[in-house]
Amino acid sequence: MSDRKTLQTEKISGHSGASPGFGMQRDFEVCKLVDTTTCIGCKACEVACVEWNDMPFGATTFDNTYQTMPETRWNFWNLIKFNEHQREDGTIQWLMRKDQCMHCADPGCLAACPADGAIVKYTNGIVDFNQENCIGCEFCVSGCPFNIPRFNPGTKKVYKCTLCSDRVGQGLEPACIKACPTGCLKFGSKDDMKFIANERARQLKENFGMEKAGVYDPQSIGGTHVIYVLHDATDPERYGGLPKNPTIPWSYTVWKWLFKPVLGTFALFGAVGVLLHYVAVGPRRPQPEPPEKEAANGNGD
Amino acid sequence: MGTAIERFDEKARRTFDSIGRTEVYKGELLRHPVYTRVLHWMVALFFFLALFSGFGIYLPWLFRWFTPVFGGGPLSRQMHPWFGVGFVFFFFLQVLNWLAPMAWTTADTKWMRGIGKIVGGKEKLDPPDTGFFNAGQKVQFWEIVGGCLAYLITGIILWAGARSFGATAVAISYVLHDLSALVMLGGIFIHIYLSTIGEPGTFQAMTRGAVSEAWAWTFHPAWYKKVTGRDPRQAYEKARQQQSGTAPKQS
Ligand code: HEM
Repeated sequence: MSDRKTLQTEKISGHSGASPGFGMQRDFEVCKLVDTTTCIGCKACEVACVEWNDMPFGATTFDNTYQTMPETRWNFWNLIKFNEHQREDGTIQWLMRKDQCMHCADPGCLAACPADGAIVKYTNGIVDFNQENCIGCEFCVSGCPFNIPRFNPGTKKVYKCTLCSDRVGQGLEPACIKACPTGCLKFGSKDDMKFIANERARQLKENFGMEKAGVYDPQSIGGTHVIYVLHDATDPERYGGLPKNPTIPWSYTVWKWLFKPVLGTFALFGAVGVLLHYVAVGPRRPQPEPPEKEAANGNGD
Repeated sequence: MGTAIERFDEKARRTFDSIGRTEVYKGELLRHPVYTRVLHWMVALFFFLALFSGFGIYLPWLFRWFTPVFGGGPLSRQMHPWFGVGFVFFFFLQVLNWLAPMAWTTADTKWMRGIGKIVGGKEKLDPPDTGFFNAGQKVQFWEIVGGCLAYLITGIILWAGARSFGATAVAISYVLHDLSALVMLGGIFIHIYLSTIGEPGTFQAMTRGAVSEAWAWTFHPAWYKKVTGRDPRQAYEKARQQQSGTAPKQS
């Protein structure tokens, strides 16, 4: 990646016409790789995220796990989720997964958003919220298959991980990546990260006997720009909040882009219908109508 | 319960009549008292406020020019539910007010069968058993009652959002809320047309509150008969003969 690079917009929520600047420069897709098999749950990434994004301090919630709080918050975008999974032989597997925005290739939040320019997708794959255009409707929350956008009741705007678009735009890696001490977080082009992830999965299978190890990059939403290496890729649900086949609700796809305009036009037929009735059939007047009318019409009825 | 509603409506009508006025001139009949008219226009006002503030959220790429009218996107989004609440509130009062005349009768079923002739302009006079409201008006009324319920339930879900009701409930409500609006919008075009240029003489029913007797015997003959005691068809014949100037015989 070159030193200075402006982020080119690929998609804009609620926008008419083309996305300005799309395709002006060649760009490659970026990707964050999270290797859950080498995550030690140190939470350095959580701290780095809060620090870099200058988020106000928020109280943590202790609920008998190592997890900092039950869910991400509007001012806490990066959360290590701790899950205990019982294997068939009765032994316990302790799973740690860094939860944050997945930066989908086909973002459900963007599809659901009705505000022009509140959600943008850059050609490098980053999906970003522009709070100054956000109207606070929270449709993105219901459009997201990963339950990521968080509403701030104070500002009435929605927030989430930006994949450090401000850093990436300047040729830097995201803050979480910089903080990771084990190298379980990596950042680079999507192609490179996919390659490394697949290599790692192969290694887990061949050298560690993890037959079901694999890469999480769900194709049901065109892939994501955060991918995971999982001990068991056949059951992502056990990591908490990783759906096997994430999808965007029908309401924000077929309904929004096809039926809304089509049925809206049908409703307008009401106006066309009455106009045509007026010119073709004419109004119904209280009877009997004044005689001048009948004379002017030439015939009496 | 019915009597409690009636007592409430009676009191409201009396109160509004003591504040406002309804002039009924010679040859006219009282159609809607002050209370009904005030409710109707509050309903219409809030309906259009909700409609226009909703347009920008419905199809932003087509209607985003509506949002500045309401002070921008965030304010549109904040005001829209309150406009909706106003609409549902006033329409609820109107429902109480109109429950009795909106009851469906066998005459309405008959009227609906002959709707083609009326819309086609073949039948200049409504069937003699057409009462205070005709079947078309009743259908529109009950459609709005259903629409208000749909609005209220789905609207509250969308208002509180996925945080309170879950993503699926919001996604479903999103579609139903739109559908309700579309049906109502289509109906309102017809309503406005018929109450203005489509059936001249109707508009004043909701402004001054009075209509001409000719309007009444033409569009609501059974109601005409009830309030005047005269036969609507005979009254019409008489007026027709008088009007043609060369009235053959004086009755
Ligand atoms: C500019 C817009 C409107 C005009 C000119 C208008 C006019 C009228 C008039 C003249 C009547 C009396 C009909 C009669 O006495 O037989 C009426 C009745 C009624 N109006 Fe409106 N109205 C408007 C908007 C609305 C809206 C927005 C609603 C509700 C969403 C509404 C709901 C009703 C209902 C339920 C009735 C009684 C049943 C009927 O006549 O269909 N109106 N309106």
